[in-house]
Amino acid sequence: MALLTIIVVDGLVFAAILFLLSVGLTLIFGVLRILNVSHGGIYALGAYMGTYLALKVLDAGLSPYLTYPMLLLGALIVGLVAGPLLERLFLRRVYGRAEAIQLLLTFSILLILDDLIKLVWGTTPLLVSTPSTLLGQVVIAGIPYTWYHFWLIAVSALFGGALVWLVRGTRFGKVVTSVITDREVSVTLGINVSRVYTVAFTLGAFCAALGGAAIAPTIAVAPGFALEVVVQSFAVIAIGGMGSLEGAALGAFLVGLARALAIHLFPEFELVVIYVLMLVVLIVKPEGLFGQVELRRI
Amino acid sequence: MPEAMPILETIELSKSFGMVRAAHAINVQILQGELVGIVGANGSGKTTFLNLITGYLRPDRGRILIMGRESVGLPPRLVTKLGLARSFQVPQLYIGLSVLENVLLSLAAQAGKGIECWKPLYRRLWVDKGLEVLERFGLKPYAHRAVAELPEGGRKLLDVALSFALNPTLLLMDEPTSGVSIEDKFEVMDTLAEVLRQSHITTIFVEHDMEVVERYSQRVLVFDSGEVVADGEPASVLANPEVRKAILGRE
Amino acid sequence: MEQRLSRGSVAAIAGASVLFAAAPFFAASWILFILTLALAKFIAVLAVALFLRAGLVSFGHALFYAVGAYSVGFAYKWLGLREVLLLVPLGVCLGAGAAAIIGLFIARYRGVFFAMLNLAVSMILYAILLKFYWVTGGTDGLGVGTPTLLGYLPPRAMLRMSYYYVTLAMAGAVIYAVYRFLASPLGFFLKALADNEIRIEYSGASARRVIYATYVLSGALGGLAGVLAAFTVGHIVPEYAFWIQSGEFVFIALLGGYASVPGPLLGAIAFEFIRTYASKYAPYAWQMTLGTIMLLIILFQPGGLWAIYEAVASRFGRGGEGVERA
Repeated sequence: MALLTIIVVDGLVFAAILFLLSVGLTLIFGVLRILNVSHGGIYALGAYMGTYLALKVLDAGLSPYLTYPMLLLGALIVGLVAGPLLERLFLRRVYGRAEAIQLLLTFSILLILDDLIKLVWGTTPLLVSTPSTLLGQVVIAGIPYTWYHFWLIAVSALFGGALVWLVRGTRFGKVVTSVITDREVSVTLGINVSRVYTVAFTLGAFCAALGGAAIAPTIAVAPGFALEVVVQSFAVIAIGGMGSLEGAALGAFLVGLARALAIHLFPEFELVVIYVLMLVVLIVKPEGLFGQVELRRI
Repeated sequence: MPEAMPILETIELSKSFGMVRAAHAINVQILQGELVGIVGANGSGKTTFLNLITGYLRPDRGRILIMGRESVGLPPRLVTKLGLARSFQVPQLYIGLSVLENVLLSLAAQAGKGIECWKPLYRRLWVDKGLEVLERFGLKPYAHRAVAELPEGGRKLLDVALSFALNPTLLLMDEPTSGVSIEDKFEVMDTLAEVLRQSHITTIFVEHDMEVVERYSQRVLVFDSGEVVADGEPASVLANPEVRKAILGRE
Repeated sequence: MEQRLSRGSVAAIAGASVLFAAAPFFAASWILFILTLALAKFIAVLAVALFLRAGLVSFGHALFYAVGAYSVGFAYKWLGLREVLLLVPLGVCLGAGAAAIIGLFIARYRGVFFAMLNLAVSMILYAILLKFYWVTGGTDGLGVGTPTLLGYLPPRAMLRMSYYYVTLAMAGAVIYAVYRFLASPLGFFLKALADNEIRIEYSGASARRVIYATYVLSGALGGLAGVLAAFTVGHIVPEYAFWIQSGEFVFIALLGGYASVPGPLLGAIAFEFIRTYASKYAPYAWQMTLGTIMLLIILFQPGGLWAIYEAVASRFGRGGEGVERA
């Protein structure tokens, strides 16, 4: 019983992290139909920037509670700068070109971002544990967790809800949905598709950066971090259905739970479960659990 | 007189999309050597009929027999293997290859050599045959040129040529003159008609344009609301004002 | 266009062959090492390039590369096997075999899904290689015994040269095989796949079979590349299966120009040299260099290095007639 509790709690924590990582990716795919491989890089940038700002605040002797807004600020800076920059300078040039090319473009951006991080912040891992430890611990089934972990779960749930509201409930969301459904018709309706793309990408980038900043206090950010998470995010959105927000949530939940199960019961399979799950889902339902089948038109 | 087996036979062929009856109990027999035109307004079901026969759509009810073989449930690839070849409203070509290479691939597919990976595509037998096909369609000068260099009419002809090269028992042409300019329309159809006349391939072509159907087909089927409402000689069928109204009326 | 080789092309091929054949006699040992590794990787890159030609990206070919490499490692560890003439067919068969199984379901997919499935499968292998360390050596990897050719063990001084010639010979055989492949119906159907799958199906041919057959061939090539790399490097680690390795193959294909056969070779050589220099002089900017080069190619010269070479050669050549159409 205790073990089950731990597995569920761990699973939820992983799920929250994975969701924050992946929701931006699925959003960008949904609107731009591009799999943004550089997503992991933006995530890492968010983690680094947030950590850096938080550390600065602590160094300055200011209230440790200020680390939270610093994390958010870090995410905002990264999202609002990287988003429009990458979309305008690079992605824009490959719309309509072969998928392979688009994939490789975002892959090259990932490589550049990973090294950029090394150049700016060096290779020693950065850690700001204050936001995490500040809220105190709670022991569940004999395992100590921090309240921050539960905050993460709450934040990611809230964030997911906010995104769903944004897409379903607001005018902006309707515009975006229109562009997703039929780009040509949207143009004739007078929608500035180009701007929608930029905004959508920036929003996705902000999600990534926020995700990175949010989990940074629970780990030590180190170079190469970006590369590790990229594939996990692919798995999550492939399982959930690419372009689907609910899919990202479900995918994150399944993967998180699977990982928790593996860690506690079959540790050698910790990494393997993610990919096996991805494989199984893609074979059984190629468009993902909440994905939509695209019909071929003759 | 014992009847020869029809090349194509549909029995009570039916298909609905929600409330819309796109095909309703269609019974049709096409015999060897016939040149049949199918005409009807938009939404009359003629395209659905085509898609059902080629295996792109699965009927809700009914049977399709191609040379006596049941074809319901077979995907387009296997329907093609049964002897049916189709050309498209928007030409489906390999634009990265040359005109001749497009034909060579049809020949290779027809010979079942799609995954042969050691002997070359350019072999004497196929190249000769391919050039001959192109010649018939008036495309030989373009043989080694890129598909992009073909004029619109040429692309349509190539599309049909690719299906023709499969040596089919039944050739289906989907709106062969759509998208072709008025001046070229009859030139394209003349070329096609001549090729078909010489080769005696059973042909069905779906057309919007009544004039084209009247001039080139031996028999015409008129579709309306998912049913065949007229079937016979073009001149007499199309002279009927009811028929003309059905074809033009709902535009 | 029929494939005819112009006089300029024949001269270029002859010249290149001579250079490669004679390399051990004038190149420094470290250069020879780089060339050998480049030639080995080139074979894997060709496999990836075949799919790029069909409009498909494989982000998982490191799988076959790792299968080939680890087959050498395990053959040595469990069977004491070192013979090149046994290890090469073994790696090739295992690579092809893995592809034959995986291809069964992968051949149904296109686009991003094809890429991701490949990725998933290769990462499963990576995870297994990493975690089951008591079998695979984990992050420490496996050592490779010095291979023998027909039982003959070359003297230490000649080792590098021997690896080079074996790899060169294999690469040569692969080049020949791939040229025949590209001239065959399957080769052309592969290119047609990028254009129009509908027409393929309506010709009675099966796009799935085209992809499957190519996939098995590409698995064989990947396995071969892994075997040759294992010989040269002498040490095998799970990173051979990591998705970044797959990305490297795709990158080289793009760098060199995936539409031709010499392109990937050019790309592989350029890549290995860049990597050597970058890791020596700017180890923290290596990926950035790679990424920037790739960006520049995508944005300005998608044909890669080979396209640049062709442009230059036709300016200096005589009328550029009969350009090889691979």
